[in-house]
Amino acid sequence: MTGMAVFEEISPADFFYRNRDIAGFSSPSRAIYSTLRELIENSLDACEAVRVLPEVRITLRELRPSPTGAFFYSVRVVDNGSGVPGDKIPQAFGQVLFGSKFRLKQTRGTFGLGGTMAILYGQITTEMPAHIVSSTGDRYIHDYELMIDIQKNKPNVLRYKVHTNRDGWHGTLVEFTMEGDYTRAMPKVLDYLKQTAIVNPYADITFVDPKGRLYVFERTIRKLPSPPKETLPHPYGVDAETLYRLIAMTNTKSLSAFLMEHFHRVGKSLAGKVLERANLDPNRSPKTLTPSEVSDLANVMRSFEDFLPPDASCLSPLGEEILEAGIRKELNPEFVFVTKRKPSAYSGYPFIVEVGIAYGGGIPRTGDIVLYRFANRIPLLYDETSDVSWKVIHNLMDWRYYKVNPAEDPLAIIIHLCSTKIPYKTVGKEFLSDRPEIEREILNGVRLAARNLMLYLMRKRRFEIGKKRFDLYARYLPKIARFSTLLSGHKKEPDIGPLLAKVSSLGLESPGKMKGREGSHEQSPKEEGSS
Amino acid sequence: MSRALRKKEVLERLKALGEGVYTQMQRGIFPAVRMASRSVRNIDYDPHLRQYVLGDQKVLRSARNVRHLRPLAQLLWAGHVARSLVSQGKTSTLRDLFYMAQADEVHFKDQAESDNIVTDLETILGYAREDFHVFPEERSSIFGDLTIEYTVPGYEGRRLNLMSHPDGLVIGPTLTSAEFVHCNAKICIVIEKGAMFTRFVEEKAYERFKALLIQTAGQPPRATRRLIRRLNQELGLPVIIFTDGDPWGMHIATVIISGSANAAHLRELATPDAKWCGVYATDIVNYKLPSDPLTELDIKRLYELKKDPRYEGELWKREIDMFLKIRRKAEQEAFSRYGLTYIVDKYLPDKLKELAL
Ligand SMILES: Nc1ncnc2c1ncn2[C@@H]1O[C@H](COP(=O)(O)OP(=O)(O)OP(=O)(O)O)[C@@H](O)[C@H]1O
Ligand SMILES: [Mg+2]
Repeated sequence: MTGMAVFEEISPADFFYRNRDIAGFSSPSRAIYSTLRELIENSLDACEAVRVLPEVRITLRELRPSPTGAFFYSVRVVDNGSGVPGDKIPQAFGQVLFGSKFRLKQTRGTFGLGGTMAILYGQITTEMPAHIVSSTGDRYIHDYELMIDIQKNKPNVLRYKVHTNRDGWHGTLVEFTMEGDYTRAMPKVLDYLKQTAIVNPYADITFVDPKGRLYVFERTIRKLPSPPKETLPHPYGVDAETLYRLIAMTNTKSLSAFLMEHFHRVGKSLAGKVLERANLDPNRSPKTLTPSEVSDLANVMRSFEDFLPPDASCLSPLGEEILEAGIRKELNPEFVFVTKRKPSAYSGYPFIVEVGIAYGGGIPRTGDIVLYRFANRIPLLYDETSDVSWKVIHNLMDWRYYKVNPAEDPLAIIIHLCSTKIPYKTVGKEFLSDRPEIEREILNGVRLAARNLMLYLMRKRRFEIGKKRFDLYARYLPKIARFSTLLSGHKKEPDIGPLLAKVSSLGLESPGKMKGREGSHEQSPKEEGSS
Repeated sequence: MSRALRKKEVLERLKALGEGVYTQMQRGIFPAVRMASRSVRNIDYDPHLRQYVLGDQKVLRSARNVRHLRPLAQLLWAGHVARSLVSQGKTSTLRDLFYMAQADEVHFKDQAESDNIVTDLETILGYAREDFHVFPEERSSIFGDLTIEYTVPGYEGRRLNLMSHPDGLVIGPTLTSAEFVHCNAKICIVIEKGAMFTRFVEEKAYERFKALLIQTAGQPPRATRRLIRRLNQELGLPVIIFTDGDPWGMHIATVIISGSANAAHLRELATPDAKWCGVYATDIVNYKLPSDPLTELDIKRLYELKKDPRYEGELWKREIDMFLKIRRKAEQEAFSRYGLTYIVDKYLPDKLKELAL
């Protein structure tokens, strides 16, 4: 025994407790932001899962100062979503890495971690239980008070009550106490809410902050994005780890059936070709593979050329109408153009990029383009300059070509990436790495948007010139009429009406006539050097 | 042309200007006014008339062009003002006009703009602004044995001898329009500077030379040039011009003699027979006058003058070359080194002899 390290098995809850920095709970102000964010995203996911227009009510109350100089707060989020089945509530909220969103379909949450982590953080900082009330809309409302057993990663139910659900209510209330610093978190929290509202204009969100201020993000469109379909993993995205997991759980008896059953768009002949390339007998049971055979198979699957690209039906982009509604509602710009790019894929993961450009009106002049980044409808607020969108806008775009001056024009660019797997650069889920496929789609989308902005600005300029012209005529023709009458000694001034009519018929159309809908998605700008 | 006739014709042409614009508008046409172009390319020196004249190029001020709208409105306004001034027998200055415009909601950026519109009006009417009673602010003055009779309302028939005030009389609108009744002078001496003019009066140069003295105060206003021309044409007085000895002085003389490019659209301002009598570059040498070196600007100007058709004469050529050779200039006052009266006692008689007057 001497000299040997002692391996201590730690539970996931314990692990995340020790590493709470990574999960976004590094400071009292960051903890407030992360908590609200995780709870709101859970609520929005729960509403979209059952396709109801989300209503999310958030309340943050200050209780008393904390010994560390921060404060204790009570946080409460209520939604009208799917609710959690009564028997699953303790695990969903009291067990880390328990979740319903592991499948390959686009949701906000993925790890079964976020909301539970917030509750865990609350418990650690205040030693108080969490209060969960939920109903799936059946006859019962379940009411729990629970704590997390950190060592065992198990929920510990302190109190459980069932109420009759008279009104058919469905939804979830999550309430707990935590240490935090709202004053410092406030700008980020409000930013987060505003940006959430941009990509969720179909949601109604209210927030009462600790000072009692009410923030309302009203719903302006009664349309949900089309829901994502679940898909199997695409072979290009496979690694040995995934294969192991699938092999462990599969009921298939042959490798050929295994590939067909568990992977996206793999048929009999394709499965045969893959296995041939990997030197594996199609009839062998998957459970008999050795570790080196598993990693060989994974390598072959990743490098095989003939797979069909992944299907994008598992994605749920906002669509141009909803994105435009969100931009208009929160940014109130003078001009908006949005475009949804064609589905594409990187390493086996399908993705869709949506790009919006907003100009003038409520867009401030900040000396640079205001960039709003979203991944699967979640705003990304930190580390903007490390993001691929930032690179596209600042390094790859030649704005001069579009007669736009980023340093002077009031301009915002909105980038939404949806994918079954968002290529975050770090665990912090705050910025996208520059995958060439994604970069290209973003660039093409921004170019199309920029070109439409340019057309709008040209039209506007033309209109303004026309208007100025008309104003000049309206101002000087009467004078010319008056003085020529005085000079020639006539009694009555000539009628300038016909002349003014001639002027206004020359190029006085409003730029407002133009909808943000020019150009097709296929178009790839040829004007600029392609990247 | 008689003054009454002149007035009638100015009024008729103003009316025609208004009528043209009025009928075009009445017919639903964007009104336009045509006038001779005053661009440099349309200005030629007419050796026959011995002055600058405008060529055949025309420009159109048309309301069809949005940039012409304002100048067109301004032009008609100026025409309207001119009509009121002439018909009521009132006068105004260029500066007045600039301010009057504001009351009528006709906007001029600056006086340069309103002055330019007045020049447009002159071009269209073919009459100088003095004919529609608009005068510049700068005033030069006259002194000498000439009796005039005013023609302006309220002063008609009143007479005045121009020796009645030792400071000289301001050459203003009333004087310009006055009739000459009696003149005892035999020559007209035009002097660039006020101080020298005063010296001439004090030294009784007008008696010695039987001269009318005119002080231009730099580049002479048009009313003064018009008056000089009238003295020369109506009274047959020879005119000599006495300026500083530098390119700028030379040019004062030239503008009186041959007119300026700025006034190429006007006639009856130049006095082609007038003579420049100094200070010459050769005088600087011959009289050993105290002098200053030419500046770079002076030299540049001299080279410009060399190319100017008005400087074709023998005298001009000789003096320009001499200036360029000695690279020095002298003021009229330089003669003071020989005593205050030298200029009148010695220099001027010499010069008159030289010019055979
Ligand atoms: N408001 C809610 N309404 C319905 N179900 C919820 C709600 N909040 C949480 N859940 C359930 O609890 C599970 C755990 O939530 P949690 O936030 O911990 O993980 P997640 O959302 O799955 O993933 P992520 O770690 O990315 O947030 C969810 O998968 C969901 O099934
Ligand atoms: Mg979550």
